[in-house]
Amino acid sequence: MLSSLSITEAHEQLKKKQISSRELVQSCIDRIESIDKSLNAVIFRNFERALAEAKKIDDQGVSDHPLSGIPYLAKDIFCEAGIPTSACSNILRTKDYKPPFDSTTTARLKAAGAMSIGKTNTDEFTMGASTETSCYGPTRNPWDITRVAGGSSGGSAAGVAADECLFALGTDTGGSIRQPAGFCNVTGLRTTYGRTSRYGVMSMASSLDTIGPIAKNIEDLAIILQTIAGKDPLDGTTGDIPVPDYRASLKKDMKGMRVGIPKEYFIEGMNAEVEEAVRSAAKVFQNLGATLHDISLPHTKYATPCYYVLCPSEVSSNMARYDGIRFGHQIENPKDLLDHYIRVRSEGFGSEVKRRIMIGTYALSAGYYDAYYRQAQRVRTLILQDCTEAFQKVDVIIAPVSPTPAFKVGAHEGDPVAMYLEDIFLDPQVMAGIPALSLPGGFSRPQAGVPALPIGLQIMGAQWGEEIVLHAGYAYEQATEWHKKKPRL
Amino acid sequence: MTTLSATQVRHIAKLARLEIGDEEVEKYAKELTAIFTYIEQLSEVDTSKVQATAQVTGTVNALREDIIHPSPIDREALLGTSPLPIVDDQIETPSAHG
Repeated sequence: MLSSLSITEAHEQLKKKQISSRELVQSCIDRIESIDKSLNAVIFRNFERALAEAKKIDDQGVSDHPLSGIPYLAKDIFCEAGIPTSACSNILRTKDYKPPFDSTTTARLKAAGAMSIGKTNTDEFTMGASTETSCYGPTRNPWDITRVAGGSSGGSAAGVAADECLFALGTDTGGSIRQPAGFCNVTGLRTTYGRTSRYGVMSMASSLDTIGPIAKNIEDLAIILQTIAGKDPLDGTTGDIPVPDYRASLKKDMKGMRVGIPKEYFIEGMNAEVEEAVRSAAKVFQNLGATLHDISLPHTKYATPCYYVLCPSEVSSNMARYDGIRFGHQIENPKDLLDHYIRVRSEGFGSEVKRRIMIGTYALSAGYYDAYYRQAQRVRTLILQDCTEAFQKVDVIIAPVSPTPAFKVGAHEGDPVAMYLEDIFLDPQVMAGIPALSLPGGFSRPQAGVPALPIGLQIMGAQWGEEIVLHAGYAYEQATEWHKKKPRL
Repeated sequence: MTTLSATQVRHIAKLARLEIGDEEVEKYAKELTAIFTYIEQLSEVDTSKVQATAQVTGTVNALREDIIHPSPIDREALLGTSPLPIVDDQIETPSAHG
C-alpha cells in the first residue's frame, strides 16, 4: 500500500518515477474510503482537487523538494481558500465557512508541492483532549476503536497511524499534538511558540497556540518543519530566528548529550507501564553515550491549573468573533441584534466551548482578575524559570506524554476536571513556550479484553531547540522498533 | 473552595452572550465550581516578587515599515462568507434597537 510509505521513501520512488503522485494520492483516497468509517478521522474529503494537483506535479515532474507530490491531511482549523473549514463546530458548519485565503502553513506546503487531501477531525475549536467535543462525533483510536484517538488533533494522529495520508498538520495549545500522537503510536512535534506561523489557523489561545506536524518518523517531521518554520510578516509573534537545517543534525553522535529526568513527572498512582517506558528510554539514551541527570522542575504541578486560567481567558476573548455577522451560523427572525448574537452563539457552540468561555469570562471579570489571571501569569514565569535553569544543566528532558494509554470513548463524560488532568505532563512546556516531541515509546501488555496500546515518550528542549530535540528523537527511534508497529485494521 | 451559584452562572452567561437553559445552569454551576476549586491551588504560590509573563519568548515589539500592501483577498470574497444580506458592499445586521 503506497499510503503507508514515509515521506523520504515516497520521494525516492517519485524521483525514480517508480510511482506517480496521482497513484500516491489515489492510495490515500482508497485507504480513507475503506477504513475511515470506523475511525472518523477525516471530516472533509478534498479528493478531486488533490488529484488535479497531483496530475500537475506528475506532468511537470516532481521537484527536488522532498514534499513535492506528497499528500497530507490538515486539521479542520487550517484555512485553505475555497475549502470548507469548520473547526468541527456547528457555528461554522451550518453555513459552510469557506475561507477566502490560505493559512501560511498550508501555503508553504503548497509551494513545496504537497497537496491537502482533506480535513481531519478535532475537538470543537481544539478544546478537548479526546476529539469527543467535535460536532462530527469522536475519532476512534486505530489500535482499539472503543478508545479515543486523543485530542484535540485526534483525526490527524489517527489518520497518520492508519496510513490515510503520509503526514498531517496539527496544533498544540495544551498538548493537542503530543497526546494524540502518543495514543496512536505516531510522532508529533510541538514547536517553540513563534517558530511556526499561526496566520490563517483558527485561534484558541493566542499566547499558547502552536502549529506542528504529525508524521510516521522523525526524519519526516524534520522535513515538514523545515518547510513550514520561520518568520512570517502576517504573524507578528513569529520569531526572527534563523531556521537551522534540521535534517543535517539528525545523525550526529549522541555521545555526551545530557539527558534530564525530572522527578516531578513520576507521580504517585501513575501507570506502571508508562513509568517503565520512560525509565527504559533513559537506558537507551545511556547506551547511546548520553549522560543521565536527575533534575527538578518544582512548579510542574501548577502548569495545568495555570493553563485552565490562561487558556479559557483567551478563549473568552477569541470566541467573541463568532457572532454570526461576518461568518457563521444563521438563525431565523431575530428580534434585534442582541437576540441575534445570543441565539447564534447558544445554538452554534457546543458545551465545552461554552464552559471555557464562561471560565474565562469569570476569571477576567472585575474583582477576580488579580486572583486568577494575574496570579496564573506570574506562576507561568516561575514555570519558565524552572525550564531556563534546567536547560543550563541538561540538553534535553525526557518525560511521559500521558499518565495512561488511550482511555475509552465516554470515560470522562460529565467530569471536565478529569479531562483537564489528561494534560498534566503536557502543560509545563506550553507555559514555558518550549518545543516538545512525542514519539512511540512502547506498548502496554495486552490483558483480557484490552489489546496492547501505544505509550508515548516525550522529549523537550530549550526554546528554539527543535534541532536537538529531533536529534535525540532520531537517535532513540533508530535504536528502537516501536515506530514500525502498525495497527491492524 | 470557590462556589459558583446558579445566579452567578446566569450572570457570566449574560456577559458572554450565551443563553443557558435552567437545567443546564445547575450543571454548569457544579462544573465551574469543581474547575475553580482545582484552579485555586495557584494561590499557594508566593508570587509577590514575580513579574507576570504575557509573551513567553521575549518578543517586545514587532515593528515594520509603514508600507501599504494590496490585499490578495478581494472585498467580495470576504463579504461572501457572511450569512447576512449584503447591501452596498456592507453587511446588513438586525437592528440594534429591535
